[in-house]
Amino acid sequence: MKISYNWIKEYLDLDAKPVDLAEKIERTSVEVDDVTKPSDGLKKIVVGHVLSVEAHPDSDHLHICQVDVGEAEPLQIVCGAPNIAEGQNVIVALPGSRIANNVKIKKSKMRGVPSAGMICALQEIGFSEDVVPKAYVDGIYVLPEDATPGDAVYDYLGMNDSLIDLDVTPNRGDMLSLYGTLHDLAAIYDKPVELDHPEVKEDGAAIDDQLAVHVDDALSSQYRMRLVKNLKLAPSPMWLQIRLWNAGMRPINNVVDITNYIMLKYGQPLHAFDYDKFNGEDVYVRTAKAGEKLTTLDENDHDLDENDIVIADQKGPIGLAGVMGGLDASIQEGTTTVAIESAVFEHDHIRKAAQRHHLHTDASQRFERGVNQAGVQEALDAAAQMMNELAGGEVQKGTVVGSHNIPEPAVINLTLTHVNAILGTALTMDQVSHILESLGFEVTISADTLTVTVPVRRNDIHIPADLLEEIARIYGYDQLPATLPTGRMTMGSLTAKQRLVRATRKSLEGLGLNQAISYALTTADKAKMFMMQASETTELAWPMTVDHAVLRMNLITGLLDDIAYNSARKVKDVALYEQGRVFYREDGQDRPAEEEHIAGAITGTLLPAAWNQPAKPVDFFQMKGIVAAYLKDMAVNGDVTYVPNADMPEMHPGRTADILVHGHRIGFLGEVHPSIAKKFKVGATYVFELNLQAIVDMPKQENQYDVISRYPAITRDIAMLVDNDITNEQIVALIERRGGAFLQSVKLFDVYDGVKVPKGKKSLAYTLTYQDKHETLVDDAVTQAFDKVSKRLEEELGAEIR
Amino acid sequence: MSLKDKLSELRQRGLADIKQSTDLKDVNQVRVQLLGKKGPITEVLRGMRDLDTAERPKVGAFANEIRDDLTAALTQRKEELEQAVLNAQLAKETIDVSLPGTPVAKGEPHVIQQIVDQIEDLFLGMGYQVLSGPEVEEDKYNFEMMNLPKNHPARDMQDTFYITKEILMRTQTSPMQARAMEKHDFSKGPLKMISPGVVYRRDTDDPTHSHQFHQVEGLVIDKHVTMADLKGTLQVLAHELFGDKFDVRLRPSYFPFTEPSVEADITCFNCGGKGCKVCKNTGWIEVLGAGMVHPNVLKMAGVDPDVYGGFAFGVGPDRFAMLKYGVDDIRNFYLNDVRFLTQFTKKG
Repeated sequence: MKISYNWIKEYLDLDAKPVDLAEKIERTSVEVDDVTKPSDGLKKIVVGHVLSVEAHPDSDHLHICQVDVGEAEPLQIVCGAPNIAEGQNVIVALPGSRIANNVKIKKSKMRGVPSAGMICALQEIGFSEDVVPKAYVDGIYVLPEDATPGDAVYDYLGMNDSLIDLDVTPNRGDMLSLYGTLHDLAAIYDKPVELDHPEVKEDGAAIDDQLAVHVDDALSSQYRMRLVKNLKLAPSPMWLQIRLWNAGMRPINNVVDITNYIMLKYGQPLHAFDYDKFNGEDVYVRTAKAGEKLTTLDENDHDLDENDIVIADQKGPIGLAGVMGGLDASIQEGTTTVAIESAVFEHDHIRKAAQRHHLHTDASQRFERGVNQAGVQEALDAAAQMMNELAGGEVQKGTVVGSHNIPEPAVINLTLTHVNAILGTALTMDQVSHILESLGFEVTISADTLTVTVPVRRNDIHIPADLLEEIARIYGYDQLPATLPTGRMTMGSLTAKQRLVRATRKSLEGLGLNQAISYALTTADKAKMFMMQASETTELAWPMTVDHAVLRMNLITGLLDDIAYNSARKVKDVALYEQGRVFYREDGQDRPAEEEHIAGAITGTLLPAAWNQPAKPVDFFQMKGIVAAYLKDMAVNGDVTYVPNADMPEMHPGRTADILVHGHRIGFLGEVHPSIAKKFKVGATYVFELNLQAIVDMPKQENQYDVISRYPAITRDIAMLVDNDITNEQIVALIERRGGAFLQSVKLFDVYDGVKVPKGKKSLAYTLTYQDKHETLVDDAVTQAFDKVSKRLEEELGAEIR
Repeated sequence: MSLKDKLSELRQRGLADIKQSTDLKDVNQVRVQLLGKKGPITEVLRGMRDLDTAERPKVGAFANEIRDDLTAALTQRKEELEQAVLNAQLAKETIDVSLPGTPVAKGEPHVIQQIVDQIEDLFLGMGYQVLSGPEVEEDKYNFEMMNLPKNHPARDMQDTFYITKEILMRTQTSPMQARAMEKHDFSKGPLKMISPGVVYRRDTDDPTHSHQFHQVEGLVIDKHVTMADLKGTLQVLAHELFGDKFDVRLRPSYFPFTEPSVEADITCFNCGGKGCKVCKNTGWIEVLGAGMVHPNVLKMAGVDPDVYGGFAFGVGPDRFAMLKYGVDDIRNFYLNDVRFLTQFTKKG
């Protein structure tokens, strides 16, 4: 809500400049979006009196005007507005002036005719299209007759006011009005505020004889109407129009403007009906019946249902309660009798109706947050009084009341000890009671206890904590001391799992992978790829896009998306890992289980080509090296084995291995299937994904010192020809099993399957290292062991030792 | 010529030869010539038989002295020549040290992870636990137990990805407040926790909105926790993350699960508080929401609000990272362009 600085000053004796006031509000009450002065940025825009208007000889719509701008000679200005006329006072942007959007106006020629400046529409000097009175939307604006040519226009249009745009939180509905804001400011500045109260001059007949209202209290806790007769519809006086457009509302006519003005002032939305358009003399507040329709003021049609509260006459709905009135019974030219409605509608219904009908109005916004339930009659009286004063209407005697459930003010007990204990302050009883009283709360004190009666308008205050907030903010958060919690000592340490997850990240970063964080919501297709276990998908009920509609059940597709994003931007070498959750759901369960996974993906090269080394494209064994080093860091207890898996549809059937620890599958690694890679628009990519939770849960090897032998080691190389289907793992396992007590390590140093070996065979070569921890090994012992292993290789694997 | 004179002359000549030798081979030759079995010194010493018994020890000592001198001179010369050879070798080995170093494979932690880790470490040091909770949450924990019943207007403040009527993607890490309080045994002392994690909102991704982002929740519940403690804690956090020069100010705000509720601003990075475009001329930038835990939230989690109370806060690491490093588009955090990921390399 935009609130007027000048309007505030009418009630409160303030020295603060608008920006300072705004800052104070922001620090003490609600956020301020903006402080604007409509005349800011404008220059040399004055009142002009149109002396004459002639048609432009070379145009069918331009006019040549002589305009008195308070100088010796009138200015000749060419104007294209259809509503320009002799005798008008208009807005003139002089040569050298600046209008909205920082546009400079210069002398120019329009179709050959010199034009010294520009006659402006309100939009051209910065007014939003939405607030310009309808009569002037498509043309220039006409200023009052008594405006003086040559004067700056700003004061005539209220443009020197400063407007403070409040971003009111849902709890502070009271701040959506001048009066509500004044109550807060009175406390902030510790100054009295004098609010005026209406005095209605009643005339004519008793309203009860002319109108009856029938209200369901559950829908409308208060419903009041007054009747004003013999009104003359007219444009509102300038001061009123200025109030409205500065608050962002379009002036319409005096009756409608009064209802809007009262809403701005008191926060109470009002509605004015044309009484003569009622069918009958009875008005009903009820829920709509299925099938009922209503055309609202904005000329949109709405299908109503039983969740909508409507105002109805005998025939049907005439308004969507608390949201927008109906077109049929609206104030239009010729209206002379007005029924003013001042009511409180049940907020939940209003909120839903506003959502359902896409009608978020000033009224619905206020009803949703709650209006001042003690001020319903006052707002109604104020409107009636203004209709009498500004439209010459006769206010009929009395108010017709359909419901009148005014809540009791909240009474809250609070101790000073509690205040200081929670705020960490040392406030005195006087300070606390003064703050509360300055907000307009009643306080009685008995020993340490304050009994606080909260005015009904503050519907956000119910419990002592609510009062604490009032005390703290008015006292000033800046004045609170800054301390740290004391009390019993607590241990702050990571859990074993948290430590392992951190170690996982460090390990993989050390191995050259960058941490990625990808989206957990993905497409239905991607969610189901690279699955490590069977699972149902978990889908969003109302996704924003199909790209983020289903919860992932793998991390790899996210990394492939990342690689594709890099690749599209010509970044070809990518090494990523991600640690995050996948979501597995069992059939029949609504909620998925969340499992921590770790995955990696590499493409291009791990190390870029450099002047002293060529680039090496990524391959299976680089990724395997990374995974093996990582698992070594995690010290999983048990053998890590890699078992070919040709059955994962998204993986290369010949280049994929399951990763087993002590025989349990914890994940897989390998090359992404070329056709999947193509689908993702990525090149050859190697990936792994592991169940990180499984690694967390596994037994670990503790670090343990192992004596480093002082005695020399002896190495022997062995090369052999074996059938292609014999694996390295088989050979190593056999050598380790049969290598004897002194075999320390087996290291593969060559693999060859080229032209020099017979078809169907391959050559492998290993270095075997022997060492004794307690004495120098003798050659004979090594030879014996080596020969034994060679023989076993021949016998068991059909190896041909070379 | 006496033996002594002979020896003196030998020394003269020997030292001159040593000096003149130009390589190690020369030095060796000189050594053999002078000190070898057939060398002149040996020869001179053989001539000692002809001397008086009284003279012998003197000449002997003199001869030894000369041998030592020559040996020392030889050694020195040898070292000199060796050094020269080495120097020549090293000169030949000179490289252009301005050539770039050989690339090594090195990965970086994600910038948001860095912020989260920093926050975790700070609070671990102050005795907080780090808890993590489900990303797919129950409506009950995400909203109801946070004092946001089904029809609460504040639910409109955050659009939610629902899975079913009761199951949703958590919109905040605040449900961990309720989960932590339900589990905590207050007889064992206060509850002090932070809970980092991913949260989701029904937003269209653009430079300032992401349907997925991060939050870190903080919660302290004890018998005597004050709002001043909250202010002090937030100050420590701001100083840790941004530096001591940064000030914190609190402003009133509204969250259904805290009362009083505040938003915390810190001094604008860009202008240091003078006022600029980034801070809309206020000198301050909003960084987090906080407050004293609402009695209803305590009650619903089974904690007696008459005995216990405390504060809660929620910070956005994405926002922190954007502010701290001037990142202009939140989507950078989730698209994982390697050129982005490898920009934040400063450690410690």
